[in-house]
Amino acid sequence: MVTLTIDGREVQAEEGTTILEAARESNIYIPTLCYHEEVTPYGACRLCLVEVARNGREKLVASCLYEVAEGLRVKTNSERIASNRKMIMELLLARCPNNKAIQDLARQLGVEKTSFKLEDKQCILCALCVRVCQEVVGVSAISLVNRGVDRQMATPFYEPSDVCIGCGACAYVCPTGAIGFEDVGDTRYIHWPNNKMEFKLRKCKTCGNYWAPEKQLDYIIKKANLSPDAFDNCPDCRD
Amino acid sequence: MKARDKPTGQKVKSILDRYQRDSGMLVSVLQDVQAEYNYLPKKSLAQVSQGLDVPLTQVYSVATFFKAFSLKPRGRHIINVCLGTACHVRGAVGIREEIERELDIKPGETTKDFKYTMETVNCVGACALGPIVIIDGKYSGQMKTDKVKPLLESYD
Ligand code: SF4
Ligand code: FES
Ligand code: FES
Repeated sequence: MVTLTIDGREVQAEEGTTILEAARESNIYIPTLCYHEEVTPYGACRLCLVEVARNGREKLVASCLYEVAEGLRVKTNSERIASNRKMIMELLLARCPNNKAIQDLARQLGVEKTSFKLEDKQCILCALCVRVCQEVVGVSAISLVNRGVDRQMATPFYEPSDVCIGCGACAYVCPTGAIGFEDVGDTRYIHWPNNKMEFKLRKCKTCGNYWAPEKQLDYIIKKANLSPDAFDNCPDCRD
Repeated sequence: MKARDKPTGQKVKSILDRYQRDSGMLVSVLQDVQAEYNYLPKKSLAQVSQGLDVPLTQVYSVATFFKAFSLKPRGRHIINVCLGTACHVRGAVGIREEIERELDIKPGETTKDFKYTMETVNCVGACALGPIVIIDGKYSGQMKTDKVKPLLESYD
């Protein structure tokens, strides 16, 4: 255990945890977009920035990446943080001016308008979907490709992925709702920002409802070593 | 090397073996594949992914991140036109346009006979010699538009 101060408050935290985790433990709010406790932090959105004092100098760091240390002094709400965070929010708002989640967060942070050139994107390239697909689902169907202004989230070659199981975890976890996900009849559609895929859904043997992608069920059966008929019925019709 | 060697699994396999299928060597492996074929054939990216046990997504990310890699076949000769500030003010754009006219390709493109690929860079650190054109790593400084054609013709 180490002891640090956050906004003047003494806080205990496990060694190796990040400032963000320590702050959340103590109910201190720090805004985030690309953080999720289930996956490796990535430091993409920079909204979580805080000030730490080191050798008498204060510097801005991403709290989702910066590890706690004994005696560390952290500020989460200085003037400097507020103005930098507003700038970051303005940039995000310029990229995604029509995105509800970004608009809401901007408003919450007191950003009404942006002075940067407007684009019309939904994806902020935080790679949360990429990390969840790889680390939680265990699949790695998508990644961030290209560089600079051409950076995008996509499958390899922008082609339908061989390994994607259509689980929709990427859509579920996306902080801006940039990934579309819909079941219509016997088909599931996943719309990533730059390409899309379709999946055949399995029909429940009892009620006849289409309830989950074939590929996802096969994947679970294989991973968990279940019997091939384990998912013949949907959860509602299973005894 | 023949210009249009068909990608074969064997060559990539020996590259993979050379690096003992160490996934930490992904970039080096891709560099060698690119040196072999002049570009990264799609099939070999899948083979590298399998051989190193690295997801194809990661291989593709790396392959599309570095400017040194190309997913499209490239020419036997790589022309790099510097468009950095110093070269720019000394007329690099005119040089680029002259090459575009001569070869009928735009930056990033390859001539139909796969002889030349043209690319641009932003400063190669030899500003005093600008404008600069680099072909296959060989620098030609103080380029003039009327020197473009003879320079290109000196390659076969
Ligand atoms: S739907 Fe496909 S890309 Fe999205 S998390 Fe699931 S396996 Fe990964
Ligand atoms: S939450 Fe830390 S950079 Fe996004
Ligand atoms: S600008 Fe061309 S070498 Fe520096």
